[in-house]
Amino acid sequence: MLKTFPAGGVHPPENKITAGTPIKYLPVPENVIIPVTQHIGAPASPTVSKGDSVRAGQIIAAGKGFVSANVHSSVSGKVNKIDHIIDSTGFKQTAVFIDVEGDEWVESIDRSSSILKETDLSPEDIIKKCLDSGIVGLGGATFPSHIKLTPVSGKHCEVLIINGVECEPFLTSDHRLMLEKGEEIIAGIRIMMKALQVKKAMIGIENNKPDAIANLTKLASAYCEISVHPLKVKYPQGAEKQLIRALIKREVPSGRLPLDVGAVVHNVGTVFAVYEAVQKNKPLFERVVTITGKYLSNPGNYFVRTGTPLRHLIAAAGGQPENTGKIVNGGPMMGKAIVNTDVPVVKGMSGVILFDEKESVRKTIEPCIRCAKCVSVCPLGLEPYLLMTLSERNLFEKAERERITDCMECGCCSFTCPANRPLLDYIRLGKSTVMKMIRERNIK
Amino acid sequence: MSNLLNVSQSPHIHGKESTQKLMLNVVIALMPALFTSVFYFGLGAIIVTLTSVASCLLFEYLIQKFVLKKPISITDGSALVTGLLLAFNLPSNIPVFIIVIGSFVSIGIAKMTFGGLGNNPFNPALVGRVFMLISFPVQMTSWPVPKGLGTGYADAVTGATPLAIIKEGLKNGESLSKLMGEIPSPAQMLMGDMGGSMGEVAAIALIIGFIYLLATRVITWHIPVSVTGSIAIFTTILWLANPEKNADPMFHLLAGGVLLGAIFMATDYVTSPMVPKAMIIYGCGIGIITVVIRVWGAYPEGVSFAILIMNSFVPLMNAYIKPKRFGEEVTNG
Repeated sequence: MLKTFPAGGVHPPENKITAGTPIKYLPVPENVIIPVTQHIGAPASPTVSKGDSVRAGQIIAAGKGFVSANVHSSVSGKVNKIDHIIDSTGFKQTAVFIDVEGDEWVESIDRSSSILKETDLSPEDIIKKCLDSGIVGLGGATFPSHIKLTPVSGKHCEVLIINGVECEPFLTSDHRLMLEKGEEIIAGIRIMMKALQVKKAMIGIENNKPDAIANLTKLASAYCEISVHPLKVKYPQGAEKQLIRALIKREVPSGRLPLDVGAVVHNVGTVFAVYEAVQKNKPLFERVVTITGKYLSNPGNYFVRTGTPLRHLIAAAGGQPENTGKIVNGGPMMGKAIVNTDVPVVKGMSGVILFDEKESVRKTIEPCIRCAKCVSVCPLGLEPYLLMTLSERNLFEKAERERITDCMECGCCSFTCPANRPLLDYIRLGKSTVMKMIRERNIK
Repeated sequence: MSNLLNVSQSPHIHGKESTQKLMLNVVIALMPALFTSVFYFGLGAIIVTLTSVASCLLFEYLIQKFVLKKPISITDGSALVTGLLLAFNLPSNIPVFIIVIGSFVSIGIAKMTFGGLGNNPFNPALVGRVFMLISFPVQMTSWPVPKGLGTGYADAVTGATPLAIIKEGLKNGESLSKLMGEIPSPAQMLMGDMGGSMGEVAAIALIIGFIYLLATRVITWHIPVSVTGSIAIFTTILWLANPEKNADPMFHLLAGGVLLGAIFMATDYVTSPMVPKAMIIYGCGIGIITVVIRVWGAYPEGVSFAILIMNSFVPLMNAYIKPKRFGEEVTNG
């Protein structure tokens, strides 16, 4: 029996169209738009101004406070302007516009292809390098990684869990990275283990990527402290709490962190970024993005410089088909629909999916028949039908007692509902209202 | 770019389930039982089924169009299922006008007055059936003897159900062992060769339907297994305590509407609980009440009443019985 999390979950059609497509480098565009907020936490403040010359890897916005991250230029050229844009999440924010000239990188970056497996750096220095390099969680949450690598007094980390699950349909960026950059990932894991001072690392990969499992198992066999675990394919296994449950059979209680059960979870993409930052002095300004969709002529996986307008990536994949109805940043279950293709690629963008008009329209909402399928698929043991009704009727105190804030918005309930009810839409509304209520109560 | 992109919240994909598909699967699962009832009761079974289904659909349509003035949703299949289940709960020689009245009670009173699909607290088909049982007790309890395909409709020979034979006999002071000789053997009961409501007689056909519903994931095992399990345990205890007065568990499971009720009526989505733990409590409640009515009550059969009584506890169970929350060791039950 393969490991998995026991409660809830769904298995949507996998549609991993680009699983067999090697990662290519997307040509550097003529101009880039680099948002100063590509992470969770305080926005970074720009350190360059109009007319400044920059090189790839140079810091252009500095993180403010502990929960924040630096932002680096992904290209060489001149700062054209610093202005507001609508980013891929639909919010307004500040971005640095750079006109590209050539492709010069900061000298300290090692651009050779040699693999450096060992490091002499101390844990503090490794964390410092991650902080300086603007590393954030690349699974999509974009939480600054240096925080998750910094020891917390009184809490003991027993195991580093590496998330190679990639449970979202369509996406293959982590899959390709595990195949093509396996050695770097293993080296990155050992660096992170050193930073965290843990003796054990577990890599969780879903069973639909047998080649990635085989590759990392072979590479990890040299190190007895790193093990690879095939997992049964089930969404949302890539969610931190579900992955921990699947691998070490511990449940992170509501409102607590993985460290409370002795685990720290990092995505394989993040591990690769940490490797490059620590061993190659390369800040995070490039990542793997899957560009996919059933109607694209040339879907694929690309190393893309941050700030590249999305239309360049879509052009590389064969251009936007006539019948495109929706473009999603991220996976189809949790990704966000974007408003136009001028938005830039950011650190947290693991994939871009183009849906046709038919796929992008929701089906008609019908009455709830109380079939309880939403209850049975909820991985957190909530009752989505109830939370939706409570949110609809503004009964937020009751929704709080029914633990609406536990919801991680995985979307299994809406996905499975035979009556096409917008369960998650209402739960989101209720959740954000309850969060606001809690914040106001805490201030009092 | 000429056309705008759609922007909506995640998830951006949807599973293949729909209300219509689920209802259609229930209809498919009911087909073996329909075939066996036509096989045993002939023309009567066809007339009763068609009348019931047609009048359920018609009442839903008329009420939605002229009373509620809402969009018509008879294609969702729920009225079709109600119509079939109502027919399965009737004797195959019942007059057509009674079926029409029963359908009106099922759809008009038990379903649409509460707001239609998803809002009714009680199983519509059972409300209709119980209304008919109380209003037309003679017609509702004169069961045709299964005679095969050639059986006519109005001229069918009638006889009592095995449950009624036992109940009457015990009341008259006859011994159980003698009565057991008068009723069909367990093998005959399994195949449906006995008097009774159209759809409830053939246990084997109902079990095939159950397997289909499980395989297509329309229902889970919780309710049917807890209903039949609790009946089996309860009647075994009574049987062991006094084998001269109480029939064996096999008889109780195969006779009457236990299987039809446990598999198709108690599992009605709208009127059953949402959480597995509550489903088991609900199922055991149905089983226990059924046996109490059969053994000590005035009626020979109690499944319909048991399900309706437990339906009334469902809102309470939904409010207090919660699933195991992730990350929680102790559940507050």
